[in-house]
Amino acid sequence: MKKFCAALAILALLTACTSNDQKPTEPAAEASGAKQIKAGFVYVGPVGDAGWTWSHDQGRVAMEKADYVTPSTFIESVPEGAESARVINGLVQKGHNLIFTTSFGYMDATLDVASKNKDVVFMHCSGYKSAENVGTYFGRMYEPRYLSGIIAGKMTKTNSIGYVAAFPIPEVIRGINAFTLGVRSVNPQAKVKVVWTQTWFDPGIERDAADSLLDVGADVLTMHQDAPATLQAAEARGAYVIGYNSDTRKFAPNAFLTAPIWNWASIYTKTAAEVQNGTWKTSQIWWGMKEELVQLAPLSDRVPTAVRQLVEEKRKAIVAGSLHPFSGPLKDQTGKETVAAGVTLDDGALLGMNWFVEGVQGTIPK
Amino acid sequence: MILRIEKREQGSALFRSLTTTASLLCALLFAGFLLFFAGVDPAAAYLEILKESLGSSYGLSETLVKATPLIITGLAVSIAFRMQIWNIGAEGQIYMGACGATGVALFSGLDSPLMLPAMFAAAFIAGGLWAAVAGLLRALWQVNEVIVTLLMNYIAILLTNYLIFGPWKNPDGYNFPLTAQFSDAARLTEYFNTRLHSGFFLALFCALAVYLLMERTIWGFQVKAIGSNPAAARYAGMKTGLAIFLVLALSGAIAGVAGFSEVAGLQHRLQHGISPGYGYTAIIIAWLARRSALGVVIVSLLMGILLVGGDSLQLSWQLPVAFAYAFQGLILFFLLASDFFINFRLRRVKETDDA
Repeated sequence: MKKFCAALAILALLTACTSNDQKPTEPAAEASGAKQIKAGFVYVGPVGDAGWTWSHDQGRVAMEKADYVTPSTFIESVPEGAESARVINGLVQKGHNLIFTTSFGYMDATLDVASKNKDVVFMHCSGYKSAENVGTYFGRMYEPRYLSGIIAGKMTKTNSIGYVAAFPIPEVIRGINAFTLGVRSVNPQAKVKVVWTQTWFDPGIERDAADSLLDVGADVLTMHQDAPATLQAAEARGAYVIGYNSDTRKFAPNAFLTAPIWNWASIYTKTAAEVQNGTWKTSQIWWGMKEELVQLAPLSDRVPTAVRQLVEEKRKAIVAGSLHPFSGPLKDQTGKETVAAGVTLDDGALLGMNWFVEGVQGTIPK
Repeated sequence: MILRIEKREQGSALFRSLTTTASLLCALLFAGFLLFFAGVDPAAAYLEILKESLGSSYGLSETLVKATPLIITGLAVSIAFRMQIWNIGAEGQIYMGACGATGVALFSGLDSPLMLPAMFAAAFIAGGLWAAVAGLLRALWQVNEVIVTLLMNYIAILLTNYLIFGPWKNPDGYNFPLTAQFSDAARLTEYFNTRLHSGFFLALFCALAVYLLMERTIWGFQVKAIGSNPAAARYAGMKTGLAIFLVLALSGAIAGVAGFSEVAGLQHRLQHGISPGYGYTAIIIAWLARRSALGVVIVSLLMGILLVGGDSLQLSWQLPVAFAYAFQGLILFFLLASDFFINFRLRRVKETDDA
């Protein structure tokens, strides 16, 4: 019996492998005349079927539709820090002329490799350092977060909303604040309780965090991680949940309301086109819903029509520029006014955000 | 007919190396099947791995860079193994060493000739103190060092997180969890316009020092004696408690040096994930190296080839990352199996009526 099982396992392993029929990638061929784009992508996790890396890979696939883009290469699960420099350099050595590094921890490594390869264009996601041949790109995720907060504020019955937060970095804090401002724009009584997991992907810890928020009465949850644990916790306990990164309703068919999601295709397609026709210049891209880099996933049927209409109205206002989630008056957790009426936080203040707005229950570890 | 496992007589060096080579070939053969069914020519893939890791000055330098922390940490773990003390906490000790070195680099304000030695000393002491906690508990109250060292890894990593999210955060870093970059005085020398840094030679020096300590000093002899028979050693008048404490502290101190080498030679700042599990890989290395210092260097270099070359499977054929893991796992699996066959043999015995 044991032998049979082993044979079966090996057979399964082998069939799993035969489904790939891959060839070595050729070094980028400079086609006569027009420049061909050979793009390389450095991913922080496996592509999988949902989440951060998956959303980047969707963008990569969309970019490849252009006829001047030759099949691109991606490297999964590359550790952040100095380790990544070797992988980035490997892509350069293999003739890639446009390289996207898709996590903050690749910042130093990207700049390091870029300084030795001036003829290659590098794009680093979510960092703050750029160079002559290194641009940065990221999205104003706080815009759809604000909209999802409106939905949460309308859907909660207990006025207690749980936020399973990742690391206490400005990007995550900005999301929590925007979400809370959205919640309290329609429901000033509601509170947003924050639990830090210090993880980007750890189903066990994130599930515990989600459960602890449900235990103290939260009836709507949202999250900043890649694992579907928070979605599943909400589904199991009959609460509502707002996802993140990509449309993950399949993990929580009943609980799922919506998710602020990424649409990297917009940036990848544009960058490839610019590099191809020679107009690319380094810049620090920070696009929002107007450029469709960030969006709200289609709302679940459980969201009432009146709320849908309100969200659509606010969405249009954000796209038109008449509504900015971070315009004053804003108060911090102690109730002290930090942004006066008529003032809107500038990008510098947003990028370094290190304080919670009124209505958030939780602390930022310092 | 049944098979029986028997202890083997101590095999010759030739037999040992032949067994190890055979196991490597078995692993390559098995992994070759996987590659074949994934539509990749195994021979081409293996050539590519060698070419990537050894075939160019850049590849070679990267292999040595990768081997550097593995050598130092492998030595740290192997010293304790010599005494049958299991230091599972090298990972945390690397982090503590890195914290010590970073503290000096950022806040001491020392000048060039003193800076690196001071960072080295801080890392050595920080790693040593961290492991000394487990040493003290073990020596005084027989608390199992496996549990203590393992659990202290989590504390060390969280402590590092506290520092980089809190007091040591770069004031100009938009609140990202990174320290400021080190000044030039706090960086190890790099060679040949590659990332190869003097930490590699430090690693080789550590190997020599550990070899001399274990093979040429009375203390080394005591460590080995206590490891092979604690009762006899105690009877012979050796202070086993003190020796256990010292060996764990030294083991941690050496692992701390790996942290120094990583931040001063490669990262040039303290940040999240400075060690992607070197402390755990070191346990495998120390085991495969059969605890000898030279063995640690050789196995670490092989591991470097495997890790650096493994990337090329993804890069050249777009094989999923799981493939690189499976490949490394297979090689370790067969090497450990060969260890079994070096120490034991299977003998066919005739079935008898009363069997």
